[in-house]
Amino acid sequence: MPTKTDILDLYFMDSRAKLLDIASYLDRLDRHEGEIDFRHEGFLNALQTMLETKENRTAAVLNTLSDHSETPIERATIQVAYGAPGASK
Amino acid sequence: MHYIEPHAHMVSRTTADYQQLAMAGCAALCEPAFWAGYDRASAQGFYDYYRQLTEYEPARAAKFGIPHYCWLCINPKESEDAGFAREVLEIIPEFIDKPNVLGIGEIGLNKNTKNELAIFEEHVDMAKKYDLPILIHTPHLEDKLKGTKLIIDALKNAQVDPGSVVIDHVEEHTAGIVLDAGFWAGMTLYPESKCTAARAIDMLENFGMENIWMNSACDWGISDPLAVIKCALEMRKRQHTFKAVQKVIFDNPARFLKQCKNFKMPETP
Repeated sequence: MPTKTDILDLYFMDSRAKLLDIASYLDRLDRHEGEIDFRHEGFLNALQTMLETKENRTAAVLNTLSDHSETPIERATIQVAYGAPGASK
Repeated sequence: MHYIEPHAHMVSRTTADYQQLAMAGCAALCEPAFWAGYDRASAQGFYDYYRQLTEYEPARAAKFGIPHYCWLCINPKESEDAGFAREVLEIIPEFIDKPNVLGIGEIGLNKNTKNELAIFEEHVDMAKKYDLPILIHTPHLEDKLKGTKLIIDALKNAQVDPGSVVIDHVEEHTAGIVLDAGFWAGMTLYPESKCTAARAIDMLENFGMENIWMNSACDWGISDPLAVIKCALEMRKRQHTFKAVQKVIFDNPARFLKQCKNFKMPETP
């Protein structure tokens, strides 16, 4: 199996680029006019979860971005998903 | 290296994609019925679609030496209109005996509604009646966790053999739930949603390589018909053996699909 150095060699640059994209995205959002919505709150919660979690970070982030209600809803008012819970708020 | 593509929506792809798949080593391809990107205006639209899946696509794939199989259903998005969905369900038995039909799929949930769940359960009843395996679509993004749990509860209530069901589009927060309940799991390799090749391999390393496959689910959206073989290359970069790669991209899908009466083991060198 690969060593930590192998994993760094394979994925560090790619992850660094993705991290910079996230930083740029947050600055871009700040710079532009208008209002944020539930997606931004979900995103920031997920970032916090990632930093605070010490293992299984991906599952923890996905759980943060999930609807945790347990019963079927009466009817669909939209067909799409947005990537963060709270679309109906 | 040869592989089976267990989930591809070729009705939305070009003939050049079949050529690319053949050159990449695709030995067989399976196409679940799905949402066309818009709601059909009539049940007759599904009749034409099922003809496309059982007549036209197998002929198009055969030109490149690829056996084409399909799964039949009405997708969860259009199942919200339960009356319409039941009209479509009545059509399906006419196509079940076509030689490339594998089973019922991709059924499931979209927004986790009562109507979607009712039509899902009626599909499960049909699969039991005709003794067919089931391919399941789990909802997108924030709806996936809840939908996966509702689907598993419904399957348990229906007393379906979990070994004859593959629950697709698992991610890190649902893979364990699916596999622990005895179902097969499918991972979908998408550039934006679902999971990347790197994450799919993480899941293989964390959850094991039994009862799991990966697919491109290539369709009309941002997707890559060669995603499976590209992930195989990524596995090699992660120092997985050829044998392990072969297990995930060929042996596992073949083992599940052998339960389908019409599936024939593909010819490989």
